[in-house]
Amino acid sequence: MAELKQAAALSVRGLTVAYDGQDAVDDVSLDLPAGEVLAVLGPSGCGKSTLLRAIAGLEEPESGSILFDGADLVGVPTHRRGFALMFQDGQLFGHQSVAENVGYPLRLRRTPRTEVRARVAELLELVGLPDHADRRPDTLSGGERQRVALARALAVSPRLLLLDEPLSALDKTLRERLAAELRDILATAGTTALLVTHDHDEAFTVAGRMALMRAGRIVQEGPIEEVWAQPADPDAARFLGYARVLDGAAADRVLTTAGLPTGAAVALRRSALTVSDDGPLAGIVVASRVTPEQLRLEVDVPDLGVLDAVAPLGTHTAGAGEQVRLNVDRTRLAAIPVD
Amino acid sequence: MARRHHALSRHLTLAALALLPVAVLSVFFVLPVSGMIARGFWPEGSFDPGGVLDVLRRPRVHRVLWFTVWSSASATALAVLLGVPTAYVLHRLRIPGRSVVRAALLVPFVLPTVVVGVAFRELFGESGPLAFLGLEGTALGIIAALVFFNVAVVVRAVGAAWESLDRRPGEAAAALGASPWQVWWTVTLPALRPALVSAASVVFLFCATAFGVVLTMGGLRYATVETEIYLLTTQLLDLQAAAALSVLQLVVVVGLLLVAARTRATPSGGTARVTAPAQRVRVRDLPALSVASFTLLLVGLPIGTLVAGSLTVDGSWSLDNFRKLTTKGDNDALLVPVTDALGTSLRTAFDATWISLTLGLLVAVVVTRRSRSRAERRVRGLLDGFFMLPLGVSAVTLGFGFLITLDRPPLELRDSPMLVPIAQALVALPLVVRTIVPVLAGIDDRQRQAAASLGASPLRAVLTVDVPAVWKPLLAASGFAFAASLGEFGATSFLVREQEPTVPVVIFRLLGHPGADNYGMALAASVVLAATTAIVMLAVERLRVPTIGAV
Repeated sequence: MAELKQAAALSVRGLTVAYDGQDAVDDVSLDLPAGEVLAVLGPSGCGKSTLLRAIAGLEEPESGSILFDGADLVGVPTHRRGFALMFQDGQLFGHQSVAENVGYPLRLRRTPRTEVRARVAELLELVGLPDHADRRPDTLSGGERQRVALARALAVSPRLLLLDEPLSALDKTLRERLAAELRDILATAGTTALLVTHDHDEAFTVAGRMALMRAGRIVQEGPIEEVWAQPADPDAARFLGYARVLDGAAADRVLTTAGLPTGAAVALRRSALTVSDDGPLAGIVVASRVTPEQLRLEVDVPDLGVLDAVAPLGTHTAGAGEQVRLNVDRTRLAAIPVD
Repeated sequence: MARRHHALSRHLTLAALALLPVAVLSVFFVLPVSGMIARGFWPEGSFDPGGVLDVLRRPRVHRVLWFTVWSSASATALAVLLGVPTAYVLHRLRIPGRSVVRAALLVPFVLPTVVVGVAFRELFGESGPLAFLGLEGTALGIIAALVFFNVAVVVRAVGAAWESLDRRPGEAAAALGASPWQVWWTVTLPALRPALVSAASVVFLFCATAFGVVLTMGGLRYATVETEIYLLTTQLLDLQAAAALSVLQLVVVVGLLLVAARTRATPSGGTARVTAPAQRVRVRDLPALSVASFTLLLVGLPIGTLVAGSLTVDGSWSLDNFRKLTTKGDNDALLVPVTDALGTSLRTAFDATWISLTLGLLVAVVVTRRSRSRAERRVRGLLDGFFMLPLGVSAVTLGFGFLITLDRPPLELRDSPMLVPIAQALVALPLVVRTIVPVLAGIDDRQRQAAASLGASPLRAVLTVDVPAVWKPLLAASGFAFAASLGEFGATSFLVREQEPTVPVVIFRLLGHPGADNYGMALAASVVLAATTAIVMLAVERLRVPTIGAV
């Protein structure tokens, strides 16, 4: 039961990286315990890829330090860091077969040939492509290419796996399925990994910890549920997928209705307001849309403005102009302290 | 500390790589060319720019300049007008044997200039098949020869761009109601424009600096800047005027190179080069087909006439012209037999090839490495341009510059057997660099990063990523350098040692000596040289490197 406080494997301290004369990464510090997966989530251009590249040793930092197991990595070239990097589009070597690609890091380490063959087979099994060993990369689909890239990155059990938007190039269905597989594969292998993405669903599915990044800085960091439950500021809330953020009197009214202390801004998920005949809030439906799970509404509530709400399918046929009452679900909103 | 050290060692490595090519180009290019120019501006040891300006006011100089500009411009326009439809036919239509035709088209481009001059003289001359056109010794004849030379550049550059063109915008336009002609005008042509402009500027450059062709065909009547420089230095010994023209040429060429660099088509990223499948021939392709046939005729006829002429003695078929290649010609026109000269040519070309390949590879590596700062990028850009300079500087200027600057200690190289190969290597260098740079630049840097992150050392990363991509283009570039060096005439004519002439020099000398035998031998030697070049180019074509010739 005793919670073992693990020492951080990767530890970044006060890291600043300039890109084309501007600070792309600005005084960033973060810790990643061994065996955990950290997602760095942020909009494009926030510096998250530069951060990843600096950790990989592909960018030279202006200042700060990158420690792994306590050893400073600044000045250590990429190929001596013992990490592995997986790019958005895999970057498989086009002139090598799938098996040769996966075996590449093993051959670099002069692993005996029979061992390489066994390990490659094992890895291809792990990523679900046991029959693809002799294929050429250009005959693979996007998803298959990413799996091969993952197998190649895991081949020598890197002490840190760096993933740069590994699933962004894939379509939505494939992305969701691969994200779940990626989580399982990383968990099975016990890999310490850092994932960089702009897609919060991908971050939630794959990672256990999350760092929110904006304009070169880390705005919030922690276990994923914590970050999710308590966004640091309105922008963070919006980026995490909250539909609306209210402040001032409007926020106070929603918080009071939910039975929470006032004096904070409030971020609402789409499902924070549900249609209910005895709900405390009244409003007029502006628009409604049927989705497979529920009915999605936009409701104009006096003094609060237009808010999102949901209703179970089949119970209501709320069309535009109809009067409805709304209940507030306190588990689906987050109070954001204002300073 | 460690950080500084890291960046410093990276810069040092690149500087070390750049050192050799920069040193070679400085000693064997910048020094001779500036020496030549200095002779013009400091005629008696004191600065006298007035003399240079006086030269530019001479009526003959105006005539020469005007002829250079309009003949090059018309030749360029013609090459584009013929080249674009031909590119369409040879790169977009399903024509049987089109790869062979494409290879054959490449032959004139690397054919020795002197040979082309001889071929066109045969074609338009008194007994030639096109004598009735009365083009011998006319400006039109020279323009035809320039087009013959350069049409392949347009066909290859535009054809390669056309093949990798995304067809979907055109299909979208057609779906919106655009006729085939409107699709061509509003979608295809704008997409081809970078390749077109780049090819046209390079062709203009080649035309404006053409030497052997104009010298053998134009005589004294039609002089371009390049032949005028030759005339002024070797016949009239008016170095000041020659220097003035060299400077003028250099300025124009640098300007043109900048234009070409601006519009150069960016290579599409490495592995994902799409090649659209060739289309079936349809009725509406008829105009393009007829233009392409005309182009092929223009290219084929002079070569055919040349071969026929070499096989004719006194109006009947004979191999005597070829048998005489082991002699020194009528009245000992030559100091050595032509066969000896062929040996010299091959040896020289071999040396020039490895020199230009070594330098070109180093330059390409240095200019394509990813820059980490703006200043670094600018330095690389400058280096890239620096090594393009030999493309435009008059080979005659270069050759004469060698003579006047490398003749005293510590650089007393006047009698060095390496002088000719080095000069030829410099002339071929831009072609080598232009073939390898797009390939190296087209490799996604993340491939090397992926290799490094998996544990590959920098050297190992190069072996994994760069070598597999570059060895074929490198082989093609060496074939190209070899062919270019075999045919080089401008610089070689100055530097060659009396006892060891190359074949183009021998041909030129044979043409200058009276006697039917000597002329027949010149034809036979031209055929041998053309055949050797053609074989090398066919081998290159088999490698299927798309960027070759697209400077």
